[in-house]
Amino acid sequence: MLYNEAGQFSISYAGERRLFRLRQDRRALALLLAFAFVIVPFVGNDYWFSAILIPFLVLSLAGLGLNLLTGYAGQLSLGSAAFMAVGAFAAYNFGLRLPGLPLLACLFLGGVTAALVAVVFGLPSLRIKGFYLIVSTLAAQFFVSWALTKFGWFSNDNASGVISAPPLTIFGVDFSAPVGRYLLTLSVVAALFWLGKNLVRSELGRNWMAVRDMDTAAAVIGIPLLKTKLLAFALSGFFLGIAGSLWAFTYLGTVEPHGFDLNRSFQVLFIIILSGLGSILGNFLGAAFMVLFPLLLSNLAGALPVGLIDPGQLENLQKFIFGALIIAFLIKEPEGLARLWQRFRERVRLWPLRY
Amino acid sequence: MFKPTFARSLVLALSLAAAAVTAQAEPEQYFPLQSYRVGPYAAGGTGFFGGFIDYMQYVNANGGVNGVKLTWSECETEYVVEKGVECYERLKKGLNGAPAAATNPLSVGIAYATLDRSTADKLPLITINHGRTDSTDGSVFPYAFPLQLNPYSEVSAIVNYIGKQAGGLDKLKGQKIVTLYHGSPYGKETIPVLDLLAKKYGFTVEHVEVPHPGNEQQSQWLNIRRAKPDWVILRGWGVMNPVALKTAQKVGFPANRIIGNIWSNSEDDAAPAGAAAKGFISITTHPSGTEFPVLKGIKKQVVDAGKGNLADPKRFGSVYYNLGVVNGILNIEALRIAQDKFGKKPLSGEQVRWGFENLKLDDARLKSLGALGLVQPLKLSCADHEGGGAVRFQQWDGQKWSVISDWVQADRALLRPIIEESARKYAKEKGITPRDCGKEG
Repeated sequence: MLYNEAGQFSISYAGERRLFRLRQDRRALALLLAFAFVIVPFVGNDYWFSAILIPFLVLSLAGLGLNLLTGYAGQLSLGSAAFMAVGAFAAYNFGLRLPGLPLLACLFLGGVTAALVAVVFGLPSLRIKGFYLIVSTLAAQFFVSWALTKFGWFSNDNASGVISAPPLTIFGVDFSAPVGRYLLTLSVVAALFWLGKNLVRSELGRNWMAVRDMDTAAAVIGIPLLKTKLLAFALSGFFLGIAGSLWAFTYLGTVEPHGFDLNRSFQVLFIIILSGLGSILGNFLGAAFMVLFPLLLSNLAGALPVGLIDPGQLENLQKFIFGALIIAFLIKEPEGLARLWQRFRERVRLWPLRY
Repeated sequence: MFKPTFARSLVLALSLAAAAVTAQAEPEQYFPLQSYRVGPYAAGGTGFFGGFIDYMQYVNANGGVNGVKLTWSECETEYVVEKGVECYERLKKGLNGAPAAATNPLSVGIAYATLDRSTADKLPLITINHGRTDSTDGSVFPYAFPLQLNPYSEVSAIVNYIGKQAGGLDKLKGQKIVTLYHGSPYGKETIPVLDLLAKKYGFTVEHVEVPHPGNEQQSQWLNIRRAKPDWVILRGWGVMNPVALKTAQKVGFPANRIIGNIWSNSEDDAAPAGAAAKGFISITTHPSGTEFPVLKGIKKQVVDAGKGNLADPKRFGSVYYNLGVVNGILNIEALRIAQDKFGKKPLSGEQVRWGFENLKLDDARLKSLGALGLVQPLKLSCADHEGGGAVRFQQWDGQKWSVISDWVQADRALLRPIIEESARKYAKEKGITPRDCGKEG
């Protein structure tokens, strides 16, 4: 009943090609956005904004960035955190060196810089594939953090090599309170997800998928491999770069190069593996799983009587549970959380009258 | 094996819970602890937070602070910045109505990430012996306190000590110092200050980098041997320290010409190097050892009562443990001073900050605390959030550290303009108007 699409006919090409063809989807999305933009700022508290919602949104965006490259275009990468770092440091420097440049322009230029760097490290993808490509993106990971530590200019000669967020004001409105930072992050992430969703439906997105599925065949039917692959790196870098600046500016308020280390890359990779490669919604599900689940375990553990288990052991125990759950889950559903959601939707479309 | 322990912990837990319920009526002051007991830096975390918690238990056993009992809870960060931020947000509100007094993360990364938040939440951020050097300037950083020693004071004090060994600072002319530093922002932080000091006193300084984590230092030490320096300053971290000492021995550089900095000064840094560490000198803001009256008191009332926080009782009195005790003393003294002004009740973070800014520990007070020689005399103000800037030197005899010098002061007058300039730069970047410290009471 919920997903009954009877009576919804497309009578124009535009109607057929709209982002969400089903009325239920559109309504659900509108409700969700209204909830996120209007209700949450009133009911949430600092802890929810600062420790849960903002990192969740930023990691979803980072997941989307890598998903474009790996899930849609089939290029494996372990350099996500490096591109995030480039975005963060570039946005910081644009704001610093060009006083008066609006915050959103800084974010955008940071993303563009990250895109350019990503293209440079994507060049080897024209010759090599798969695991070999991972090694070349790994080089980005080490090179970027080395360069950011080595040259003090990037961090404005800060003695400790860290950068701090510029004042978060847009058109005179101050976004530096936790709820403001949440709304700022949410707006940027929502806009970029809209862009991402459209990208993968465009000609470019279809070319990516063709390259992913078999690049020789794609070349034979006339898809320009060079342009397609490099654009995948560029757009992925752009999304990751903006995620990086949000991570530094709206989440932590400060960041050092070490904050974007290999572990962060792995974290982003886990998100897209858990969520399902080549899915837009999945990035949210994966990020939610990565952010919320350890917190849930940790908060549950906090409810245990003091002294029952040593705090150090407790942390190891949580890791153990988390790891075991990931393994169990991936055995049960290798295609990720997004696939589970898809299956659920297919079921309810037929419910209650199955064939 | 498992069952009795479990049953015992259960009984303990229930009695603790019961105690918590009955204690509800009493006024309490809360300390949120962003501790780390697992992960690569667990040795530091267990020692430091062990000492801090034991000191708070000791204060409670003696009636609390003017009748206000101390309470705390831990949140495991594993030294990871994001987890530290999450813990900060979770704990900052206090516990069961007891307001939070101050946060003590003992991690540069977490301190940086919670700096703005602490200012917004009006909660003092204590970064004892570490943290941003320029947060010493309290007019720009009202809520950050790099107590006792910031990184600039650290190298300055080392140079003063070297000058003393040479028979006066004027004898430094023509001497050669090499710094072997960890290839991270932390390691690089003091390069400009050393260059400045070298120019002032006429010695030459050479900076040699060791990439993280520092397992391989053969080429660096061969270069050092070629340079034949008078002293090597070791700005190491974790595994880098024992490797440095072992490699120095291999190339024949004497350990008693190596001076370890504040994060190269624990038993965990020297002991793994075995015989190679014998004679190694390092700075410390607090000697290790168990002979101070306050530590004897903790031993008697907390550890021997079976309530000690350390898993390994052998680490009682170690460098990290004593740093935790020192940190406890400074926090509780600030609370006590603030209570004199605001009343003998649990205080808000803003009020405790006043206590920190008016923290004053002279020898008489330290003596009555039983910490004379353990904590340096300290006086903080609105403009000066560091207060001390002195270190003592200790030498490793193969088994333990023994103190070999009195307090050596840093040249704080020389460093102050650099610190203020850096703080001003930060204020400009963030659009902060510095406080006028002349007007603060």
